[in-house]
Amino acid sequence: MAAIAPGQLTTADGTPLKVSFARALRRSRLKALGLVLPLFAFLLITFLVPIGDMLFRSVENQLVGRVLHRTVAALADWDPASGELPGEPVFEALVADFVEGRENRTTGRVGVRLNYELGGMSSLFRKTGRRAKRIREAPYRAAMIAIDERWGNLDVWRLVKRESDAYTASYYLAAVDLRFTAEGSIARQEEERQIYLRLFGRTLWLSLIITTLCLLLGYPISYLMATLPVRTSNLLMIMVLLPFWTSLLVRTTCWIALLQQQGVINDLLVWTGLIGEDNRLSMIHNRTGTIIAMTHILLPFMVLPLYSVMKTIPPSYMRAARSLGANPFTAFVRVYMPNTAAGVGAGSILVFIIAIGYYITPALVGGTSGTLISNFIAHHMQVSLNWGLAAALGALLLAAVLALYVLYDKLVGIDNMRLG
Amino acid sequence: MQGKTIAIGLAAALAAGAAHAQTKLVVVSWGGAYSASQQKAYHDPYMAMNPEIEILNDDSASEGLSKLRAMAEANNVTWDLVDMIASDAITACDEGLVLEIDFDNALASAPDGTSASEDFGDMIVSECFIPQIVYSTTFGYRTDLVKTPPTTIADVFDLEKIPGKRGLEKKPLANIEWALLADGVALEDVYDMLSTREGIDRAYAKLDTIKSEVVWWAKGAVPVQLLADGEVVIASAYNGRLFSGIEEEKQPIAMMWDWQWFDLDGWVVPKGGKNTDAVMKFLRFATDTQRLADQAKYISYGPARMSSAPLVGKHATLGIEMGPHMPTAPANSKSMLPNNIEWWADYGDEMNERFNAWLAKG
Repeated sequence: MAAIAPGQLTTADGTPLKVSFARALRRSRLKALGLVLPLFAFLLITFLVPIGDMLFRSVENQLVGRVLHRTVAALADWDPASGELPGEPVFEALVADFVEGRENRTTGRVGVRLNYELGGMSSLFRKTGRRAKRIREAPYRAAMIAIDERWGNLDVWRLVKRESDAYTASYYLAAVDLRFTAEGSIARQEEERQIYLRLFGRTLWLSLIITTLCLLLGYPISYLMATLPVRTSNLLMIMVLLPFWTSLLVRTTCWIALLQQQGVINDLLVWTGLIGEDNRLSMIHNRTGTIIAMTHILLPFMVLPLYSVMKTIPPSYMRAARSLGANPFTAFVRVYMPNTAAGVGAGSILVFIIAIGYYITPALVGGTSGTLISNFIAHHMQVSLNWGLAAALGALLLAAVLALYVLYDKLVGIDNMRLG
Repeated sequence: MQGKTIAIGLAAALAAGAAHAQTKLVVVSWGGAYSASQQKAYHDPYMAMNPEIEILNDDSASEGLSKLRAMAEANNVTWDLVDMIASDAITACDEGLVLEIDFDNALASAPDGTSASEDFGDMIVSECFIPQIVYSTTFGYRTDLVKTPPTTIADVFDLEKIPGKRGLEKKPLANIEWALLADGVALEDVYDMLSTREGIDRAYAKLDTIKSEVVWWAKGAVPVQLLADGEVVIASAYNGRLFSGIEEEKQPIAMMWDWQWFDLDGWVVPKGGKNTDAVMKFLRFATDTQRLADQAKYISYGPARMSSAPLVGKHATLGIEMGPHMPTAPANSKSMLPNNIEWWADYGDEMNERFNAWLAKG
């Protein structure tokens, strides 16, 4: 230990105070780190890594290059713009790749992959996979075209060449209704097949409507709960939370029973003579159904932050405003409401972000006009197995949410958001 | 595998008669009435015959394909046997997720000695897929809400003859074929036509005529519920679901079999499963002639083996003859639309996009 300069502060055992302090600080930092480490590891393993992996799939494209490795190498000096089919060596390599792929059962996957870009590739690869091993000698090109004439189609070869890179933009293009043309330039998807942009728009629009409705419905009830005596407000709170504890499917099914054309509400309206038997309202299996059911399900997410913020506003503020001459309305708008802004922001952003990714309820009650982009992500995850496209759609949705978050931060300031 | 057998033997020796060492087979199926029919027809009898085998049901067949792929990617296949529709099985086979089956060696012959591959015949659509049942998507209508009962597929598209809402499945599969058939196209021309732009346009033009009156369903239980509630007057539905709506729940519904959509459901064996040998033994039993016929006692789906058809008897609890309720019964199968699996594998993605874009147009 270095000699202690005179006049320097030391602890009882003679260590300089500065050193001892730094040591204590480091120890408490390590302790804090130790406390958050399990959570951090948990988030990393269950959240960041899977999401990162999923997002990576939206550009990952190694399958074609790996399975058709000989063909892709042979295609290196083929010019897709030449207007001529690749030469004999490429076809020979293709036959070898097919024979190998048949054993490993990998060519089928390539067919499925390429079929996302061009209809018919799936059956072409399946058929060729079954027959390629019978080709033992030249001429390979003629033999392959004899198996299926599509091997003589330039577009097929341009596609193989284009998708042989390890990374592809085609999933993102598909996710925004664009596509590669056969020549490799980017064009809009045929009009009859454009769906995703419209769905993104619809998802944002419906989420906005649902958030607004939740706010309009949730604000008065929260106000009531915050101002009523504890016993009554507890009862109200239980009523708010009760649906929250009920199964989502049960609640959604209840809405179906209530809202359908032969349902309770329509029966009541017909019985009271408000509408005729032939004019029963369609309130479910369409956009209205999605809005109603989702507003109901997401309402607690608005009420809880609003309530906890309102609870902290001292009643004396309103009394002060009144005593200074404001009428009840002015006092409420000018004094009370600005104080709830933090809760409004928190509730709105919570509801909006949950709504944007919701898919069970829209799938059950949304019909055709009320389904959201998340339903298509689920479709591509579970049914079509086009995980690349699902990942691209999910990444765009994530980007949209982050963009809105930044916008919110710019407009309102994220520091103003409070959950209680 | 050998190590395992030794381990099992050891365990059995140690247990010394107290309990049998168990091999647990995880069998994935559709749940509900369908799994119940499998349980009674072959899981229970097999477990009674082989006390060392325990069959565990997992009802996640509707996500079978995506979960199977996720398991294969994680290299941790926990399923031993999966029930799938034929088109998914072909995809699974293409993706290398499931084992190829040697039909004649792995499966039992028919009682008269006909080989398995011949007995299944045309039902073998993939080298990885063992068909169990034939099911169909057909139409049910409310007998009390339609004035003239529908008799042909054209009636489904005829708003004057059958006014009111109709339920259709929310996917292009079957619907676009029905649209063309209703428009007077012959069955042999349907897929040639659908492979052209004009043909697809024609199918959608026909669907446009009823679009405003269609309620689209996505889950198998929904169309029968829609019919029971009177939400729709006619709906496409799986024939087994309609059967239970009509015969078990006594709803005023009748069936219209014209151009029923024919499809297959059956078994695939996941690659990398841990009990492959035990599963193959079970499969030999579960897909034999008698077992497939037994299953039809509990649910109105047709057995996939030709030799099973004459053995189909009465419903186990209702006591009615099941033969006339089978999609394969002569009176019901005058006109059939078999799933063109190959065509749908090629054009399914495009058709789905076009269908959803058409729906979204409002």
